[in-house]
Amino acid sequence: MWMLLLAPFIGLLWVPFYNFEEPALFGFPFFYWYQLAWVPITSVLIWLVYRKRIPDQTP
Amino acid sequence: MAAPIDWVALAIFLFFFILVTVMGFLAARWKAAPVSEHLDEWGLGGRQFGTWITWFLVGGDFYTAYTVIAVPALVYAVGAYGFFALPYTIIVYPFVFAVMPMLWKVAHANGHVTAADVVHGTYNSRGLELAVAMTGMIATMPYIALQLIGMGVVIKAMGIAGELPIIAAFIILALYTYSSGLRAPALIAFVKDIMIYIVVLVAVVVVPAKLGGYGAVFAAANDAFTAKGGATGLLLQPSQMLAYATLALGSALAAFMYPHTLTGIFASKSADTIRKNAILLPAYTLLLGLIALLGYMAHAANIKVTSNNDVVPVLFQVLFPSWFAGFAFAAIAIGALVPAAVMSIGAANLFTRNVWKSYIDPGISHAGEAAVAKIASLVVKLGALAFILFLPTQYALDLQLLGGLWILQTFPALVFGLFTRWFRAEGLLLGWAAGILWGSWTAWGNGLKPLASINLGGVNYVFYVGLGALILNIAVAAVATVIAARISPDGRRSVTASS
Repeated sequence: MWMLLLAPFIGLLWVPFYNFEEPALFGFPFFYWYQLAWVPITSVLIWLVYRKRIPDQTP
Repeated sequence: MAAPIDWVALAIFLFFFILVTVMGFLAARWKAAPVSEHLDEWGLGGRQFGTWITWFLVGGDFYTAYTVIAVPALVYAVGAYGFFALPYTIIVYPFVFAVMPMLWKVAHANGHVTAADVVHGTYNSRGLELAVAMTGMIATMPYIALQLIGMGVVIKAMGIAGELPIIAAFIILALYTYSSGLRAPALIAFVKDIMIYIVVLVAVVVVPAKLGGYGAVFAAANDAFTAKGGATGLLLQPSQMLAYATLALGSALAAFMYPHTLTGIFASKSADTIRKNAILLPAYTLLLGLIALLGYMAHAANIKVTSNNDVVPVLFQVLFPSWFAGFAFAAIAIGALVPAAVMSIGAANLFTRNVWKSYIDPGISHAGEAAVAKIASLVVKLGALAFILFLPTQYALDLQLLGGLWILQTFPALVFGLFTRWFRAEGLLLGWAAGILWGSWTAWGNGLKPLASINLGGVNYVFYVGLGALILNIAVAAVATVIAARISPDGRRSVTASS
């Protein structure tokens, strides 16, 4: 599960993945909406890891 | 800019400024506890902030007013490259989720208030503690100065000349920080963040509607960059890609080494509070991405400025009625107060715990610590104010840039100890020194640009100096640890001391 946390690093730090104009979305070139899309994706990935982890022993 | 005074904007601005000032002073009674009797109360708000307060507080001091001014300014000037703030503020959260709860547990169990406390507790080394404390204080000062610059930009945009308003605003800030401690920025952060959310959401809907949609905004920016030439454009040039990625990674690793962000972490109620915030804080990153686009909207609105920092204020003045511009300016100015307060508190905590208590008065009482920290926070803020009043603005920008590089060099000392006790304090101290010296030297040699280049097999690679310095730092720390272990195999191993 913890490997999920590495996904944003790979998706965002390997710039040749997304340094394009096309396909555009709502007028946003790919470069922009791709990176913006990683914001909710990262939140969801962290939430998934959070759900599966073993809770703290004491509050 | 000799603009006439915009009275409507100014009235709205003053209303909100006075509102948060009153809140700042009343904050001392919020979640009441005797603020002056313990540094945990003044400097960490009682270590009781739950998920929502922490969300507003960390969101309020990590995404600073200066960000709202400077990120669109950079995007306006160079395009895609200025967007590195977006990947930076995304990848920081998996890191926060994985590491910061561990750091919180160590701090909570041992009563640590600062990063340097944690380092001293882990390695029992006064030298390493002082190195981390000094780095934190020195890196924070120019950062506070930048908040003043951000505030100055919007005050100037309302047609008010001179430095008196900034001085007045800062003295008010200093006074309520003095009396209320971390509770003041935590409470004001609610107002600030809600205002910024409103401003940005309105801007990203209304502005493109006025300018012909996002397609037109990007097209206008593209035309401007084509005309301008050089290392600008809607996409990164091949030579910029490594710089973009390393700036994002290096900044992300440095972000939560700063005293102000760590103060937000240590002030939270539980490790779980921090985990939930790692999930929720990216909402601010979405906001930051949209704020960055204001730089392109300025091109679409045909805005020409002499200083790039004026892009956002001018955009609001041109496209919005006075009252909304005033609201936006108030949001930005209040946005400067929150981080400036938390930064001065973080620096004051470092001074109190790791300089005053360690070297001057080891037997200091809890109330004594709070008293020293309160005075120290005043001194720190006056220092930042003097910086802006008496030195060229460029110095603050350059120093802030070097500050990011420096604070990143405390990463091994603070974070590695959570996972392994293999490194020795001597090694980490040597690595810290090597990283700081090489990084500063290289940045200085490049005319204070944060980039360095290396030539491998005839290809020139340009990368972020701070990350290069961190790699050198870790390598030196590892080699020195191996050598130290050879010399004294069973020498004083790292011990966990509680303070």
